[in-house]
Amino acid sequence: MGDKRTLTTAVKRWDENTVAKTIGKYPERKKNFLTISGLPVNRLYTPLDSENLDYEQDLGFPGEYPFTRGVQPTGYRGRLWTMRQYSGFATAKESNKRFHFLLDQGQTGLSVAFDLPTQIGYDSDHPLALGEVGKVGVAIDSLADMEVLFDKIPLDKVSTSMTINADAAVLLAMYIAVAEKQGVSMDKLRGTIQNDILKEYVARGTYIFPPTPSMRLITDTFKFCSDKMPLWNTISISGYHIREAGSTAVQEVAFTIADGIAYVQAAIDAGLDVDAFASRLSFFFGSHSDFLEEICKFRAARRLWARIMRERFHAKQDSSCTMRFHTQTAGCTLTAQQPDNNIIRVTLQALQAVLGGTQSLHTNSRDEALSLPTEASVQIALRTQQIIGYESGVSDTVDPLAGSYYIESLTTEIENKAKEYIQKIDEMGGAPAAIEKGFIQKEIHEAAYSFQKSVDEKERVVVGVNKFQVEEEHKFDYLRVNPASERDQVKRLEDLRKTRDNEKVKTTLQNLRVGAQGDSNLVPLILEAVRVYATLGEICGVLRDVFGEYKAADL
Amino acid sequence: MSVTDLVEGVLSQKRRYLARLISLIEDEDNHALEALSLLYKHTGRSHIIGVTGPPGSGKSSLVTKLTAEFRKRSKTIGIVCVDPSSPFTGGALLGDRIRMQEHSLDDDVFVRSMGTRGHLGGLARTTSDAVKAIDAFGKDIIFVETVGAGQSEVEVVDVAHTVLVTDVPGSGDDIQAIKAGIMEIADIFVVNKSDLPGADKKATEINAMLDIDPRERTWRPPVVLTNSRTGDGIPELVETILAHLKHLKETGLWKMKGLQRSRDELQELMKYKLTKELSQKLQGKPEYEKAIELIAKRETDPYTVAEKLIAEFLFSESR
Amino acid sequence: MSSSKKIRVLVAKPGLDGHDRGAKIVARALRDAGMEVIYTGLRQTPEMVVRAAMDEGVHCIGLSILSGAHNALFPKIMELLKAEGVDDVLVVGGGIIPEDDIPGLKEAGIGEIFGPGTPLDEIVEYIRNNVKI
Repeated sequence: MGDKRTLTTAVKRWDENTVAKTIGKYPERKKNFLTISGLPVNRLYTPLDSENLDYEQDLGFPGEYPFTRGVQPTGYRGRLWTMRQYSGFATAKESNKRFHFLLDQGQTGLSVAFDLPTQIGYDSDHPLALGEVGKVGVAIDSLADMEVLFDKIPLDKVSTSMTINADAAVLLAMYIAVAEKQGVSMDKLRGTIQNDILKEYVARGTYIFPPTPSMRLITDTFKFCSDKMPLWNTISISGYHIREAGSTAVQEVAFTIADGIAYVQAAIDAGLDVDAFASRLSFFFGSHSDFLEEICKFRAARRLWARIMRERFHAKQDSSCTMRFHTQTAGCTLTAQQPDNNIIRVTLQALQAVLGGTQSLHTNSRDEALSLPTEASVQIALRTQQIIGYESGVSDTVDPLAGSYYIESLTTEIENKAKEYIQKIDEMGGAPAAIEKGFIQKEIHEAAYSFQKSVDEKERVVVGVNKFQVEEEHKFDYLRVNPASERDQVKRLEDLRKTRDNEKVKTTLQNLRVGAQGDSNLVPLILEAVRVYATLGEICGVLRDVFGEYKAADL
Repeated sequence: MSVTDLVEGVLSQKRRYLARLISLIEDEDNHALEALSLLYKHTGRSHIIGVTGPPGSGKSSLVTKLTAEFRKRSKTIGIVCVDPSSPFTGGALLGDRIRMQEHSLDDDVFVRSMGTRGHLGGLARTTSDAVKAIDAFGKDIIFVETVGAGQSEVEVVDVAHTVLVTDVPGSGDDIQAIKAGIMEIADIFVVNKSDLPGADKKATEINAMLDIDPRERTWRPPVVLTNSRTGDGIPELVETILAHLKHLKETGLWKMKGLQRSRDELQELMKYKLTKELSQKLQGKPEYEKAIELIAKRETDPYTVAEKLIAEFLFSESR
Repeated sequence: MSSSKKIRVLVAKPGLDGHDRGAKIVARALRDAGMEVIYTGLRQTPEMVVRAAMDEGVHCIGLSILSGAHNALFPKIMELLKAEGVDDVLVVGGGIIPEDDIPGLKEAGIGEIFGPGTPLDEIVEYIRNNVKI
């Protein structure tokens, strides 16, 4: 205590003498310094700011509860994070070609982007699919497309991450069916489906069904996989899109974890033992512009999740308490102005994610505010990760920033503020209820609007946008999707409908309907339909009939 | 677009003309009054249903579901949704359409969003005229959804034949509608979101309150439980609405309401015209400005001056 | 003529992408600038956009799209407006739209395209100065 008093006095003295003198002559740049999320930043942090921190309780060791310092005991000394670039091409055939190229380069993980009709459960010939087929990813209508997508790719050797949510169960079933044809049983399959519907309602928008049946599809997947697919990550609970929609760092942590709590609770309510599925949950965060805040965010999220799993859900195994996460640099920070500047932004953001202990990383390409990225841009983005991993040295010791007065203080602050939000959401009846009330959407929108205002009013500088602008000519090559792809895909679908066994399709769809009306696990029923080439749109059509469709109503 | 075109367009059910007329009504354009006076004889046929209730009680979703049910019965529908305008900027964010998308391409459903533009009472000042335009256009049923921000949104009574007051279970122990002061105007109570716990309790509470209502009446407002998500209770609510309509017609209330409405309308319009005329005449008149100063200084009083100015400016031909 | 004339704007998201951050922020800015903004929500077909714009009697339609389907959807909307005889409504767009596509879209009748980083005031001013009211 004596130390504390001495230090308090010393800080006071420094403030009144040294600082005051300087400020008199050289005033500071701003009256208030705030993180990009609006948390106050002090001039200086000292041991006083983290005096309540207990090393063993609050930080612990890498690979041990509460995992503040990371989930791997040796950090990146054993293996660097997975460099996983999200990509999707118009048709299954083109994507397959790209996959082979990437695998030939030594990549072991694939990441599949699907086009919007696929994500929303429409076939390529649906009226709403007009102009969207193959635009933001690959179009998959049926198992036939999936067979082409993974042609000659050994599914027992690669891990595949699929960004698919509302109809994740259908795409997972197609993946299983393709593997079967290759002679690979599903227990050997490794990969991830995003499968996180709650954030679709608040941030990303590719929902299909209302919350209750959507949650059922998710718990059905948890159950199915815990029995049959021990290596599969059944969900990637995503804060990335919440952040992209304009949330603060605290909100990103809070709302993501609140969603996580809802999934865990739903699975427990559906009769699963927490330790049977919790270790297969994974997370996905954004890496935004505020360097130090983001590092703290990752550490705070990890600690908070571990504590919730242990204290609230009584998880016994450590592996149930680990938050493993993928990170993507924040797309919303990319500027269309002076796009080469984005390379530097992405570099910093990637570095934050690594210092924050991410398990895998996608780095954005410089031209993504303008269009889909070109190959040259994608390569720079990948090289950025490689330079951080192989040249910078930051990956050679675990959690190198721990113990910094500021880092620890901000980590705790983010954790506490997120906890307050989670408590509020609990009081409303959990994340689904808070979403239905529009609470989460409203909080995000307020944050987004006030951020945009602060940029417009130049309180916040965005280089090249509201300061240091130049007249520029756009000289970029854009990646264009050939409009013929849409027609080809529609044609393929027409042919399929003529050549498959339509009687079998009818039977399996009818079985699915009956199952959906009752309470059978839907994954095996979907798998049956997929095997006989029922289309995604047909399967989701049956489920739409039974479950209804969700209509967002927030503003 | 001339007034004649406008009127003919509306009467021949061209929705673009209806939309245009409502815009003119909202902007208080003189052409709108001309058109309305030509259209007036074609109004009075729609069954106008007001929907009011506290925020979050699911008014838009309820209207959407009711529309679907009435469409099944081949009725054509107009919907007017009122949302608050900002008192500071005059702007408004009108988001009720979001919930009504399933009808967005139905030729027999017309949806119009209105900002209150500074008017209190749950509607815009021009809502009743907008409703009249839709009435003349020939929709069988017109829903009027109030702002729903709470306090005393009773104006809908003057516009609608049947008023639905919505509430949801579990909103504390109180009946929210009482708090909002809209209890007395209900012809039908709707407890929405009936899947939430406490729905039956809420219905019982409302009924208990009706039991002690001392007013004599021929129609005791029924309490109907609905779920806008699943559609449960919607057909029953439609039946109840139709029963209310039947009651209005059988008891002669429909006619009486019509008379009362005409009286109100006429008075309102005369008041509006007189006020407008008076203020136009007084505008910039030195004796007017002078009188205000004298009143402020307490050298005269507003009562005397009012009498004098009205006599002088409104009823004297020479001015 | 009357002083109570208000600019009415339909803010719509055609296509399937769910990124409505921009659309909502613009809607709010237009409201704060005193306009009446009708927001349609996600997944609007061109037919839905045109119908809503007509019924609501708007002076301007703001379209936001980030999926890349603008070349298919924007001209379709212009076509439908024309077919309905609507020629006095200003149509503007925003989102991720490559520079090269802009001339074609303008030729189809889109008034202006606002890319990422456009200050809100610029959008407000443009609409204010270009609507026919």
